[in-house]
Amino acid sequence: MASALHQITHQNVTIPTPLPLDSGQWLPSVTIAWQSYGALNADRSNAVLVCHALTGDQYVASDHPATGKPGWWARMVGPGKPIDTDRFHVICANVLGSCMGSSGPATPDAVTGAPLGMAFPVITIADMVRAQAMLLDHLGISRLHAVVGGSMGGMQALAWAATYPDRLDSALVIASAARHSAQNIAFHEVGRQAIMADPDWQDGQYYGSARAPTKGLAVARMAAHITYLSEAGLTEKFGRRLQAREIKSFGFDADFQIESYLRHQGLAFTDRFDANAYLYITRAMDYFDLAEPHDGRLAGAFAHAKDVRFTLVSFDTDWLYPTSESRRIVQALQSVGASASFVELSAPFGHDSFLLDVPALDRIVAGALGGGF
Amino acid sequence: MALRPDLAIIAAAVPTGSRVLDVGCGDGELMAALRDQGVDARGLEIDPANVTAAIARGQSVVQGDANRDLADYPGDAFDYAILSQTLQTTERPDRVVDELLRIAPRAFVSFPNFAHWRVRLALLWNGRMPVTRLLPVAWYETPNIHHVTVSDFRDLLRAKGIAVEAAWYLSGDKPTSAAAANWRAEHAIFLISR
Repeated sequence: MASALHQITHQNVTIPTPLPLDSGQWLPSVTIAWQSYGALNADRSNAVLVCHALTGDQYVASDHPATGKPGWWARMVGPGKPIDTDRFHVICANVLGSCMGSSGPATPDAVTGAPLGMAFPVITIADMVRAQAMLLDHLGISRLHAVVGGSMGGMQALAWAATYPDRLDSALVIASAARHSAQNIAFHEVGRQAIMADPDWQDGQYYGSARAPTKGLAVARMAAHITYLSEAGLTEKFGRRLQAREIKSFGFDADFQIESYLRHQGLAFTDRFDANAYLYITRAMDYFDLAEPHDGRLAGAFAHAKDVRFTLVSFDTDWLYPTSESRRIVQALQSVGASASFVELSAPFGHDSFLLDVPALDRIVAGALGGGF
Repeated sequence: MALRPDLAIIAAAVPTGSRVLDVGCGDGELMAALRDQGVDARGLEIDPANVTAAIARGQSVVQGDANRDLADYPGDAFDYAILSQTLQTTERPDRVVDELLRIAPRAFVSFPNFAHWRVRLALLWNGRMPVTRLLPVAWYETPNIHHVTVSDFRDLLRAKGIAVEAAWYLSGDKPTSAAAANWRAEHAIFLISR
């Protein structure tokens, strides 16, 4: 339940500096919740910023405070892991607009003290990155060894290179894109409509009521979850197998295993995520198009990033952010003379491959972080 | 591990501080040697396992196809382009040579010489496509779709008005003379320029 979610305390800082937003609005102050792992070295040169995806959070390598499950990238971040916390000071911040302690739609209004709800301004990926930069300023870290992210995290890594090219040595962009396609936006719109069609949404002002749009949020998650998996993966895992029954019910129970699985995924999601945050973050992703401010020329976004080392990885079964999108980024980087590495890895898990057991990805991440360090 | 003789020749000829694109860089063996001598080396490689291995070594490599993806590099992006043992596998070697000399003023091109006497003898005596040390795969599965001889390559360069700045010819791992290269060299390395 959203109310329980908002009772968790997170390590955070409120920075009293106003943050101007792409929308033209501004936040009078910014609260950022974050986690860090590994020691910052004496010359402050070993910081690695990990950026999380749409429904991720700052608990990249520690147990989730609501679900108790291991960190979402615990296989990648830790002592002796590819992002080695014995060598690197790893920082992961909850993005602006999210629901794990950073400023977002559940943040109380400075005057009334009531949750902002839809009065929270619409934010963008670049706004998220500016908020992260404010956190790093607060932490006294002027330069990052690397910014690493998958999916929406990769969008942030790209936005970092475009916005603060002098503040990072390298960017690792995994299963990501430099813009949201019509298909990407379409799936997000289905999710948002599911939330807003739920009578318990109450125009976003559900925080004080006993009701929250969990049904709508669950449907949004179900639709999105399909886009994270490959068709072949679904067929292999579920096929047409029935769930705990021998014959079809000729009703509308979850007859098929895939239905049962999706219902469970949708429901479980509502324990750890806020519906309004889902609206805001999907909107930020839909607005993302790194080439837009440069007359549609993606290379323009990287004009000052030619000294950043880029590593891009796509997966052959990822139809959400397909290889062609990564290639488009690589072409733009090559046209400005930036150092770019790119590989399409073969993995059966679709878009979710970046979170799962793909040993080649581990080697690439370790190599990309170690090179020149 | 010692560098393959043709790669060692190329590595020795690339000056420190230059920018190099290794087209068909494999797992980055030559790039590693170049990096050790202070060269900014980047790679293009078609095989994802090789690309993964090279990136894991901290190298800058893009998965791509020399037939198509050289077009993504701007003109004069590099000081040298390197095409080692790859020319004969391309769809249009002449166009690839043009691309190399567009993205860099100089290029190293190395290839197995199909007019080496062993190849000639094998074809003459057996009447079958030769399978040799440098061309070890049967005709139906070989990646070498455009077999080329030292004389053929010299003719191509002449027709295109491309200058030869240096050339090395190897018989086994030993150098052999330019004059007899077309029948004595197993392997040729050209440094060409616009």
